[in-house]
Amino acid sequence: MAFLDVTNATKKFGGFIAINDVSFSVEKGARHAIIGPNGAGKTTLFNLISGLILPTTGSIALEGQRLSRMKPHEIVRIGMARSFQKVNVFPRKTAFENVQVALIANRKLQFNPFHAAAGLFGDEIMQLLEQVRLGGDSGRRAGELAHGKQKQLELAVALAAEPKILLLDEPTAGMSIAETLSSIALIRDIVQQRGITLLFTEHDMNVVFEIASTISVLHHGEIIATGLPHEVRANDDVQRIYLGRE
Amino acid sequence: MTSRPQLIFLACLFLALLAVPFLGSRYLTELAVQVMIFSLLALSLNILVGHIGLVSFGHAAFFAIGGYATAFFLTRWQLPLAAAMPMAVLLAAAFALVIGVLCVRLKAIYFAMLTLAFSMLVWGIIIKWKPVTGGDDGFVGITLPGMLASPQSFYWFVLAVVGASTALMWLLSKSTMGQIFVAIRENETRASFLGVNVRQMQLIGFVLAALFAAIAGSLMAMYLRGMYPQSAFWTQSGHIVISVLLGGVHSFVGPILGASLLYLLEVTIHQYTQYWPLVMGLILLLVVLVLPEGLIELFRKLYARLGRK
Repeated sequence: MAFLDVTNATKKFGGFIAINDVSFSVEKGARHAIIGPNGAGKTTLFNLISGLILPTTGSIALEGQRLSRMKPHEIVRIGMARSFQKVNVFPRKTAFENVQVALIANRKLQFNPFHAAAGLFGDEIMQLLEQVRLGGDSGRRAGELAHGKQKQLELAVALAAEPKILLLDEPTAGMSIAETLSSIALIRDIVQQRGITLLFTEHDMNVVFEIASTISVLHHGEIIATGLPHEVRANDDVQRIYLGRE
Repeated sequence: MTSRPQLIFLACLFLALLAVPFLGSRYLTELAVQVMIFSLLALSLNILVGHIGLVSFGHAAFFAIGGYATAFFLTRWQLPLAAAMPMAVLLAAAFALVIGVLCVRLKAIYFAMLTLAFSMLVWGIIIKWKPVTGGDDGFVGITLPGMLASPQSFYWFVLAVVGASTALMWLLSKSTMGQIFVAIRENETRASFLGVNVRQMQLIGFVLAALFAAIAGSLMAMYLRGMYPQSAFWTQSGHIVISVLLGGVHSFVGPILGASLLYLLEVTIHQYTQYWPLVMGLILLLVVLVLPEGLIELFRKLYARLGRK
């Protein structure tokens, strides 16, 4: 039993098989990348693992506990947090408040109608925001932040859930090269520092080889290779279908 | 709108209401009682519409249940007010729990339609269950406790209950629970990925909203010395929704403005014409087109202008 086990997971949308009999494991402490061309099923796979959609068949387990029938909020509670490919924040709330609601949920204070929220968890929130380099933007509305900063905010919100495993769906999508490089360094430092297992999808090969300790290649909804970065890079199938070399 | 100007507004409003009985006009006192009750009702719906983002078209059901139950407990069972009113409110909350479990599974328009259906069911029961509710004729002749018999003392009672309820709802809106409600309104999926059980929180909000609506209903029954089936009819629910929209959903005091203006206009316009619904339609049209954020928008602009000087 590994840390996260995906076993024979299949997802059909009508007649279309988005994920076909996928099995792979993520080891504790790994930085595991799922790569594959557009439409390979990366986001669908993430939605299956995080409980947003149910697998048609197969199972997913975190530390031996079956996730396949759990609701997203229950999966978060046992230690899995995720970000989304399309930015997914509370746009009318400030950066500060975005992290605050995450902490309120984490501490189960949502059941208290009399616990004043103003300024609550202030130091902790600022620490998290500074860690993702948003210390100066705490008072700005999330919807008004630049795209790259919204992605960083999402990271802070995910971290506030105190996850054991973090799922990041294309964490650098839509970023400039400079932003991408600094974001990767940031993500790597944070997961190492906090001892978080990382599972991420990414289209940018430089990003992947920079931070991944293990790589799985998804193609047409199937895993065609899993291994260390240099093994995957050398794999003939991968070169042919993904890296575009004959 | 930020907290401070709203708190100042609420404090001024409370002081003004404290002064009303000393003006010596019985008409004005009675008008203020009704405005307070409808404001409380609108505030209660705004827990759902403004905070959680669920539009209920059946909110009047809980207003009616609170009113009828108070009437029944006071008059038939001869219970003291201190028992009758809390029991009526809890009964409405229990109904809300059952109805809510079924309704919060649905989203948007389907939620609205199902709440409407349940409220019409409540209305139907009120019409048919004559021995308990009085049917078409309404429940008439409520026995009020002696200490509330005079218009003056009743006014103070309503002011105290509405004031306390408003304070509780204000605290709720500023609480950790209130923040999670808003998070659900803003982005349901994200909220669930924070570890929040969205359905459960929506149900809690639904029951809380019903609870405060039942308090308003209870006060209305005592004010009218009776309760009538129209109080559960869909037009009553629509009236509450319009109050909330008219005032503005994204602020705490908006529904108070909306409910007060709508009621005062209704009373005034009724003196001149019987076509009140036509006027109400025009008002609604105007608000949606010109002030989509509600009347509160006018105050916000005014406050911003004053702040600049």
